Amino acid sequence: MSGRETVLSKIRASLGTPAGDDARRSIVEARMSRPPKGVIPARGQLAAPERVGLFCEMAEQANATVDRVKSPDLVPKAVSAYLRDRNLAPSVRMGDDRRLSKMPWAEQKSLEIGRGRSDGDDEVGVSHALGGVAETGTLMLVSGKDNPTTINFLPEHHIVVVNAKDIDGDLESLFGRIRRKFGRGAMPRTVNMVTGPSRSGDIEQKLLLGAHGPRALHIVVVG
Amino acid sequence: MIDETIPKPRVGLFVTCLVDLFRPAVGFAAVKLMEDAGCSVDVPVAQTCCGQPAYNSGDRADTAAIAKNTIEAFEDFDYVVAPSGSCAGMLKKHYPSLFADNPSWQARARALSDKTHELVSFLTDVLGVVSVDARLDASVTYHDSCSGLRELGIREQPRRLLGTVAGLELKELPDADVCCGFGGTFCVKYSDISNAIVSRKTERIRESGAETLLAGDLGCLMNMAGKLKREGSTVEVRHVAEVLAGMTDTAPIGGKG
Amino acid sequence: MEITSPTFKRNAVHALADRQLQKALGNVRAGFIDKRRKAVDALPEFDQLRDNARTIKDHTLANLDLYLEAYETRVTESGGMVHWAETAADARGIILDICRMNNARTVTKGKSMITEEIGLNDFLEEAGVRPVETDLGEYIIQLRGEHPSHIIAPAVHLNKEQVEEDFRRVHDYLPADRDLSEPEALLSEARRVLRAQYFQADVGITGANFLVAETGSSIIVTNEGNGDLTQILPRVHIVVASIEKIVPTLDDVSQILRVLARSATGQDMSVYTTVSTGPRRAGDPDGPEAYHVILLDNGRSSMLGTEFQDMLRCIRCGACMNHCPVYHSVGGHAYGWVYPGPMGAVLTPSLVGVDKGGHLPNASTFCGRCEAVCPMRIPLPKMMRHWREREFERGLNPAVARYGLKFWASFARRPALYRLATSLSIPVLSAFAGARKRFRYLPLAGGWTRHRDLPAPQGRTFMQQWRDRDTARQDART
Repeated sequence: MSGRETVLSKIRASLGTPAGDDARRSIVEARMSRPPKGVIPARGQLAAPERVGLFCEMAEQANATVDRVKSPDLVPKAVSAYLRDRNLAPSVRMGDDRRLSKMPWAEQKSLEIGRGRSDGDDEVGVSHALGGVAETGTLMLVSGKDNPTTINFLPEHHIVVVNAKDIDGDLESLFGRIRRKFGRGAMPRTVNMVTGPSRSGDIEQKLLLGAHGPRALHIVVVG
Repeated sequence: MIDETIPKPRVGLFVTCLVDLFRPAVGFAAVKLMEDAGCSVDVPVAQTCCGQPAYNSGDRADTAAIAKNTIEAFEDFDYVVAPSGSCAGMLKKHYPSLFADNPSWQARARALSDKTHELVSFLTDVLGVVSVDARLDASVTYHDSCSGLRELGIREQPRRLLGTVAGLELKELPDADVCCGFGGTFCVKYSDISNAIVSRKTERIRESGAETLLAGDLGCLMNMAGKLKREGSTVEVRHVAEVLAGMTDTAPIGGKG
Repeated sequence: MEITSPTFKRNAVHALADRQLQKALGNVRAGFIDKRRKAVDALPEFDQLRDNARTIKDHTLANLDLYLEAYETRVTESGGMVHWAETAADARGIILDICRMNNARTVTKGKSMITEEIGLNDFLEEAGVRPVETDLGEYIIQLRGEHPSHIIAPAVHLNKEQVEEDFRRVHDYLPADRDLSEPEALLSEARRVLRAQYFQADVGITGANFLVAETGSSIIVTNEGNGDLTQILPRVHIVVASIEKIVPTLDDVSQILRVLARSATGQDMSVYTTVSTGPRRAGDPDGPEAYHVILLDNGRSSMLGTEFQDMLRCIRCGACMNHCPVYHSVGGHAYGWVYPGPMGAVLTPSLVGVDKGGHLPNASTFCGRCEAVCPMRIPLPKMMRHWREREFERGLNPAVARYGLKFWASFARRPALYRLATSLSIPVLSAFAGARKRFRYLPLAGGWTRHRDLPAPQGRTFMQQWRDRDTARQDART
């Protein structure tokens, strides 16, 4: 018997269920095609303006910094300001994400922009999130041809742009969005949910920011 | 006021083996508190122990035999009350599970479970007692014994009643909800670990600054008193029922000083 | 790894005498408990979520075979490969085969208890593949040749001075005047060293907090970001997960995530929750080219349908050990195998046998704090008691304890005999104690009096005195 058959038959023997159990199978299929709604905390069910406010508050609680701008055109300026305020070199890396590419980066004369995946030498990376989760201040980023995952982890500073209208109250709503965007049961290679900058408490339980991932997470909320 | 026209609730006192052997004063305090609150209290002689030493050692057969004995002894009472969260918890939460394959005994175990209470919560939650007529001129701190706290949800009740004892100042015990390290046979089977746990507890007791330590379980009290005395502490240790009943003229658990 | 659970008592004595360890354990008592409390208090729906999390897992376990099949289908559809391993040896073999097929010399690892369970590091090393732990805590203990002492804080038994010593010993190029006295400096050094390793590695191995049947995804929940670098930089990503990690849907994951981080570290959400599905897609600029999942049974299927099934709901948050007075006293290594604390006390006998792990379910005061904080509402004390019952049935506990218990029970079962014995012995015992009302030493009670005095009986038993009172009352009435 293969490992597969051995393990499955042991499970069935312990559960005392026959293999061709149609009743169980239909329950299982139904749950996967129509996931039942669980318990959604009240704080994940706020209306739009409060929702964005809660997102910013929770993200800051998780040690992210947050900036809000009115329109996508103002993002490059906000990024330049972030670099200047922290005395960082005017250089960022980003993927070819269309939402980012359409922004007027050229207006930032001295800003140097690297494109594509990070090889670990970038001080600052810029990404665009699919959305945010207000209840925990979490960003959701998906990998793809124009969205390298390495940018989310290798640079010292990670700047993430998210549209205010893409901030949902709860985690389930964002997963719902992924299902609609990519098709049921289909997923991009990587979905990163990010809540604050990287950290470790492994030495004497002392919380330190900047473990292996970015030391700083800066969120630019648009709209 | 006690309405003489209503028949008094008939309470069977489950003394608990430790109170029976080591500290009868707790049993008499329990009787006084319940009689003062209008109960008729009796103590069936056919009781021994709740069976936890056997139950927690994995000996289900002896546990079930002891449980049957207890169930029979208390069948005629309206209520069964124990001055211990641990023993009351055993009767209330664990007896029914001993008879999963014996429906008639399980029904009897359920019936016992339904009418079993720990002493202080019985006074407050069932009898509606809101104050006691007692005096103790001392600062006290209260340790929440694990079974009472987590199996039976007893936390506020003893504090509320202690608040009505004249002259008594209640000082909260840091980490009051942390185990004292007694754990029945644990304290002798793993005595070094038990010692480490009770040493942290006595440290907290000293931090509280109280002159007297109270709790609702004699096992925990003997453990903490034994450690305090070994450490040379002058903190006096008593069962909460003794204080609530105003019966503090006896020597404290483990003696004074 | 060698199992030292049978010498738990001796391990505990050593642990209690270890001053460095005792100092470090203070951090467990001080750190985790308040943080969890605050996070839980801030979410009014927490207990409802716990109930639902339990329901989700119970449903999943009742249909485990079907969800595993569905999961496998989705993994395959997304270009990954599922390997089934009945035993730890099977899993090790499969992993080594994948490494060899890819000519792997260096393997980076994200934090994974399951690879501890199968003893992967030693095995790979012997086979000429170098495993590099990348979680800060895991990296530290790998330098020391130790195993984790806590399932989410592997190096919680150490103090910073010890870590500095290890870094100076292994990173021997460090100048003597380089200040490594603070955790910040130690972290920077580890970050620098490990960055190079991520890029060198041919294969990255992670565990999984969840496997999602709906999508064929594996999910890791971390704070440092090392697990992500481990899985996106090497050519091959291997996920090692036990079969009970499966959860039906992303919605179910969302429910359990809400109780996981809060119970573990007191965060609302860990920093990185990463959902990985298959290898990189055509056109993706990064990510692994191959994705393998090893589904490990290793004794779990035998727990299904028994009184230990509930243990398979465990999500490895560590709350039970963070709140355990025994763990607080002796730390994780004393438990003698991979999983310490209350969850380890139930799981260890299940996975290595009660003959070896029997001490662990006995070494509990049954204080119930573990069950009170368990996000999956696992009745840990009840299951420890079940192990004691199995031991008792098989006669595995010490003879002295058995006979002592039987002797006591023969009285406790017979009220009249019990009454007679106690009314004879107790007044005598009381008289012996004298004015101090306590014993410093008592024959046969050494387990008690070694560390504390024994309060003496007040005098005659309650039952003796009650009989007198009853008689007096009856006399008064007649």
